[in-house]
Amino acid sequence: MKRNSHRAQNIAFFFLLMATLLIVVPVGLIVVIIIQKGLPAINWQFLSDVPRQGMRAGGIFPAIIGTIYLVTGAIVFALPIGLLAAIYLSEYSKDNPLNRIIKLAIINLAGVPSVVYGLFGLALFVIFFKFGASILSGSLTLGIMILPIVITTSREALESVPQSFREVSLSLGASKWQTIRNIVLPNAIPGILTGTILGLGRAAGETAPILFTVAAFYLPQLPKSIFDQAMALPYHLYVISTQVPNVDEKIRYGTAFVLLALVLFMNLVAIIIRTKFRKKKKW
Amino acid sequence: MAKISTEKLNLWYGDFQALLDVNASFEPNRITAIIGPSGCGKSTMLRVFNRMNDLIEGVKTSGKVLVDGINILDSNADLVKLRKEVGMVFQRPNPFPLSIYENIVFGERVHSENVKKDKLDEIVEMSLKSVLLWDELKDRLKESALSLSLEQRQRLCIARLIAVKSDVLLMDEPCSTLDPQATAKIEELMRELKNNYTIIIVTHNMQQAARVSDDTGFMLLGELVEFGKTDQIFTAPKDKRTEDYITGRYG
Repeated sequence: MKRNSHRAQNIAFFFLLMATLLIVVPVGLIVVIIIQKGLPAINWQFLSDVPRQGMRAGGIFPAIIGTIYLVTGAIVFALPIGLLAAIYLSEYSKDNPLNRIIKLAIINLAGVPSVVYGLFGLALFVIFFKFGASILSGSLTLGIMILPIVITTSREALESVPQSFREVSLSLGASKWQTIRNIVLPNAIPGILTGTILGLGRAAGETAPILFTVAAFYLPQLPKSIFDQAMALPYHLYVISTQVPNVDEKIRYGTAFVLLALVLFMNLVAIIIRTKFRKKKKW
Repeated sequence: MAKISTEKLNLWYGDFQALLDVNASFEPNRITAIIGPSGCGKSTMLRVFNRMNDLIEGVKTSGKVLVDGINILDSNADLVKLRKEVGMVFQRPNPFPLSIYENIVFGERVHSENVKKDKLDEIVEMSLKSVLLWDELKDRLKESALSLSLEQRQRLCIARLIAVKSDVLLMDEPCSTLDPQATAKIEELMRELKNNYTIIIVTHNMQQAARVSDDTGFMLLGELVEFGKTDQIFTAPKDKRTEDYITGRYG
C-alpha cells in the first residue's frame, strides 16, 4: 500500500513536470528559431536602410522608427490617464456601485480582442475625429489598449505602499494629496514603471490595432508629423510574410528578430527595475 | 486647565459601540497612562484625539473632545492644525523610507512653502537633541532612516513630532516592539519630555504605566472605569474591576 502511494506520487510528479516543461519548450523554440534564422540578416544596412525592390531587399529602418513613435505616443496617452485613474481607484474610491462598474470596465477592457481595438480606433479616431490613418490615431488606439495594464499595475504598486506610511503622514498634518504626492507616489514609482514598460512591450508587438489606424503598407520615407502614416514592425512582418511574394526568408526572420528583441529588451528592463527595487525595499 | 478633556464621548464602528460615555481630562506636563485589556477601546480613544479614526469607514462619534477648549469633533474643526498640535507615536516605529534628515523635516516641508535650508538644519538639530539622538546621528543625517535600530527609529518618530511643534504626544504602545533596555530609554525620554508636553500613553504593560505615568485611566469594554493619580490607582483602586485587573485576575 505504502509502495503504491509512493509510485502514484512519482507518476503525478512526472506529469506535473512534463506539463510545466511543455510551457518552456515553445518559448525556447521560438527564441532559438528566430535567432537562428534571423540573426544572419542583421547588419547595419538592414537596420538603417529603407526597404527596396518591393521590400525584397534593403532594410527596415522606417518600420523600426514607426514602431518607436507609436509606442512613445501610446505611453504619452496611457501613462497620465492610467496613473491618475489608478490613484483615484487606490486612494480615493470607496466601495460603491459606480466604482465597481469602473473596476469591471477595466477588467473587460483588458479582455477585448486587439482587432476590436483596431476597428474602434478606425471608427473613433480615424473617421469620427478625422485624424485620418495617422500616428496620432494609432497611438491613441494602442494607448487605450494598454490602459488596463497601466492601471492595474499602477494600482498594485500604489496599494503595496504600507498603510502606515499614509497614517503617519496624515498624523503629521499633511493633507491627503500631500501624502499621495510626497509619500505614496515616490514609493510606488518602480512598480508603476515596470507596468508601463510591460504595456509598452505589448503595444510594440500588436498588429491588429494599428492595421486600420496607422500602418502603411510601404512608405520608404520617415513620417514628418503625427498626422502622417507610418510603417510599423509587426505590420511590416505580416506584409512581407503574406502579401508580397518571393521575399527572402532571411528578411522575414530578420524582421521578426528585431521585433522580438525590442519586446524582450523592454521586458528585461522591467524585470531589472523590479529586482533592483525589491532588493532596496526594506519594510 | 486641562489640555484635553472629553465629555460624554461615544464612538461606534458601524453598530459596535467602542467607547461609552467617556469623561476624562488630561493635564499638561504630566504623563497619563491608559491601561486595560485588548479591545477595551484605549487605542480607539487615543485615535479620537487627533481624529485618526476618520480614516476608518463607518466611524461615528458623539459628545465632545476639547483640545485647548475647542471641540475637535466639530465637522469644521481644522484637522491640519489639530494634527500638528496633537502628534502620534505609533506602535511600530514607522519612519518613512527617506533619510534621517528628510524624515524630521517632512512636517515643515508640508506645512510651509520655501523653507530655508538654515531653518531646516536648525529644526533637525533641535529635534534630534530633544530626543537625545543628535550626538549619535549628527554625521549620518543623509543615511536612510531604515538603517537605524528599532529604538532609534522610535526616537526619530518622536523627533519628527517635535519638529512640527506638537503640544501633545499620543503614544500608542510605543515600546511594544522594543526590548527592555530600549524600553527603559524611551521611558526616560518620556520623563524628560513631559516638562514641555502633554503625554498620553496607551499600554498593555501595567508595570510601564506604574513606572512612567502621573495619572492612570483604566478602561474596560469601552468604559473608562476609573481615572486618578497613578499611585492611588495601583495601591488603592476604588473600583472592584480595576483592582481585579491590576492584581492580574484577568487581562
